[in-house]
Amino acid sequence: MSSEPREQGRRDDRGGRQGGGQGGPARRFVRVRKSCRFCADKVDYIDYKDGRLLGGYIPERGKILPRRISGTCAPHQRMLATAIKRARNAAILPFSTD
Amino acid sequence: MRVYEVLFIIAPNIEESDIETLITQLSEVATNQGAQIARVERMGRRRLAYPVRKFNEGHYVVLTVEGSGAEIAEIERRMRVTDAVIRYITIRIDEDLKRAEKFRVRRAAHAAAAASTRRTRQTEPVLPIGRDEEDGESEEREGE
Repeated sequence: MSSEPREQGRRDDRGGRQGGGQGGPARRFVRVRKSCRFCADKVDYIDYKDGRLLGGYIPERGKILPRRISGTCAPHQRMLATAIKRARNAAILPFSTD
Repeated sequence: MRVYEVLFIIAPNIEESDIETLITQLSEVATNQGAQIARVERMGRRRLAYPVRKFNEGHYVVLTVEGSGAEIAEIERRMRVTDAVIRYITIRIDEDLKRAEKFRVRRAAHAAAAASTRRTRQTEPVLPIGRDEEDGESEEREGE
């Protein structure tokens, strides 16, 4: 029983390295697997009016935070991108900042 | 039937009473065309992320309109003409809502299925233990 969670942790690590791809043994990132926040919260629809939520996905420049950084899953990233674009037109989020 | 979310921003220098009349006017435009206003949400006075027509603030209003789609054209035309409305967007939400509903149903079904398998799994190891207990009880009874 006690060995089970440890084994799971190892499996996660391996998955992360596979995601790293052909970096080879020279580049050794210990990548923590990020999980989709929207999946964890069971979000079915991302509302474009929720500026506070969307604000977390736009860094200083005002761009949409890429999936590889936020760890958002593909379906949710798509929803998020649409929501951010709508919010920009509604002057809830900026198009660009500097 | 389609469901739309009409969001519009009213200039900050407009009086509260005028905002109310403007909202009712726009709602009437939609209802006269045969649409139904499902919800009127006042998001209040908010800072704009960037200046719109030289305003830095605005009153946000969201109308949820149910109709065929023809009413939206009329509402938008009216908003374009009205100077108090500095920005508007219309978004069709019925498809998104349907999709969200589908996910919710699927998740509920999934959870129910998982619960039933968990139940069967629980009963399996419990059975021999239960039998042991029964045996013990019967032995005790025999002892008595």
